[in-house]
Amino acid sequence: MLELAQVDKTFATRKGASHAAVADIDLSVGAHEIVGLVGTSGCGKSTLLRIVSGLEAPSGGAVTIDGRRIAGPTPEIAMVFQEPRLMPWLSVTENVRLALLDLPRAEQQRRIEEVLGLVGLVGFSEALPQQLSGGMAQRVAIARALARRPRILLLDEPFSALDSFTRMKLQDHLLALWEKANFTMVFVTHDLEEAVILADRIVVLRGQPGRVREVFPVGLPRPRRRAAAEVQALKEEITLSLDLS
Amino acid sequence: MALVETQRRRSAGREEAAALAASVPTSPPAPTGLLDVIGRFKGLFLPVLLVILWEAACRAEIFAEHLVPSPLAVLAELQYLWDRGELLTHVWVTLARVAAGFFWGTLAATVLGAATGVSRPLRELLDPTLQALKAVPSLAWVPLFILWFGIFETSKVTLIAVGVFFPIYLNLMSAIQDSDRKLVEVARIYRLSTWQLLRCVLVPATLPAYVVGLRAGLALGWMFVIAAELMGASEGLGFLMIDGQMTGHPAIIVGSLILFAILGKASDALLAFATRPLLAWQDSFAKMEGGRANA
Ligand SMILES: Nc1ncnc2c1ncn2[C@@H]1O[C@H](COP(=O)(O)OP(=O)(O)OP(=O)(O)O)[C@@H](O)[C@H]1O
Ligand SMILES: [Mg+2]
Repeated sequence: MLELAQVDKTFATRKGASHAAVADIDLSVGAHEIVGLVGTSGCGKSTLLRIVSGLEAPSGGAVTIDGRRIAGPTPEIAMVFQEPRLMPWLSVTENVRLALLDLPRAEQQRRIEEVLGLVGLVGFSEALPQQLSGGMAQRVAIARALARRPRILLLDEPFSALDSFTRMKLQDHLLALWEKANFTMVFVTHDLEEAVILADRIVVLRGQPGRVREVFPVGLPRPRRRAAAEVQALKEEITLSLDLS
Repeated sequence: MALVETQRRRSAGREEAAALAASVPTSPPAPTGLLDVIGRFKGLFLPVLLVILWEAACRAEIFAEHLVPSPLAVLAELQYLWDRGELLTHVWVTLARVAAGFFWGTLAATVLGAATGVSRPLRELLDPTLQALKAVPSLAWVPLFILWFGIFETSKVTLIAVGVFFPIYLNLMSAIQDSDRKLVEVARIYRLSTWQLLRCVLVPATLPAYVVGLRAGLALGWMFVIAAELMGASEGLGFLMIDGQMTGHPAIIVGSLILFAILGKASDALLAFATRPLLAWQDSFAKMEGGRANA
């Protein structure tokens, strides 16, 4: 469904030189699939996600959904960033509404209630972002993304700023949401365990510019136990592929 | 201009803006006992004590009467001017000048600050010139303004407007410029229109710094009205001071000083009050924090 063909991204640097962030990325993501992107810092994971989201245009190659080329943000794609990125001056409800401004008021209201129910924050609909914990704020960001009913949900290190306990809870929560709704997920993470627990497929990027180095299918049935031997073994394998030395 | 510089530095950061908004007096809980009442008016204690000591010192003839008037003498002088209807005229003229200068300075600063904040080409075109003008000590404009606009109201109002302009312009421009790129990206992902981007993201994001700029601008407006009136006026509180000096009435000088202090403080409080609804989200946060601290 989501296809990346020969995607390149080159940034112009200040001194007029150019800096290649990613190169020759071919990737095909199926409907309702979960793909995890891992790789060392600076290998272009965020750049790749931003290209898919339409925030950044590729320098070469093409990103398509069902054969249609992506040129700029579309309603079919939603993105969750590393930080919640909520407007501090808007209540939780109004922050979610930001994603729905093109819909009729009644529909907005219905969807806001629905997604706040999904992430378990109904009681906080009138709270301001400052009144929320980090985990709650990130749940609002996820709710805002889901409110659009996107076909593709992109997440850039969504849980990396949270403590490990909250992180595990939100991983399970996200999987539950994914099982209920019919969307595709592409996420970036530094946490290999997170990658193995969530993903159907793990893509390892490497180098400068970043290229696809290896792809690991995760054939384990869900729910996956974090302590399971298979999970740990796959983590080992990916660590080797990352070649951290 | 050193003051403009410090004002700007102080107000540049987002945190400072938030801190200022948090320091805007929120109505404290209703006093429940005598101690609370005393606690609320703590700030008045020192001035009252000073006035009493001052009066006592004058009665004991510690200061020469023609140099240091007693508080009661100051009051009597103000009363005299009030009865003759002069005081109201002077106060009114000065207020009108500050208001006009503040209005025009704010208008120009808002238009230019918004334009240079939003548009990079405009910023590169205009900002260096404005920064260079800012480096001119503002009082150095006086001869030119008098030449251009005459010695009457226009030159005074222009001078005040120049003083008001810079802190507002600088605050607004830098606030728009470093208004969070990350939040703007959220607006792009969810495909907000330009109007929605302005209404939901850019304006609320820049308001706190803008309000800080307004208050700094108003403070400078008061400084500049004195300068303008000291240099030649036939009405106004600044003129009254000069008049007191010329005629050897220290009570008039001190009385004008006190009026300046009262008017400056009152206009700032009024501005803070008027802009509070704009910062309501920060305010409710401050209240919540306060509530938590008290609990
Ligand atoms: N807007 C930009 N302008 C210039 N260079 C950029 C820009 N964005 C990213 N880069 C460069 O592209 C490369 C990849 O950056 P990117 O943020 O995609 O890495 P990443 O894999 O997400 O890293 P991390 O794991 O640290 O988040 C880096 O070398 C970075 O300096
Ligand atoms: Mg990144």
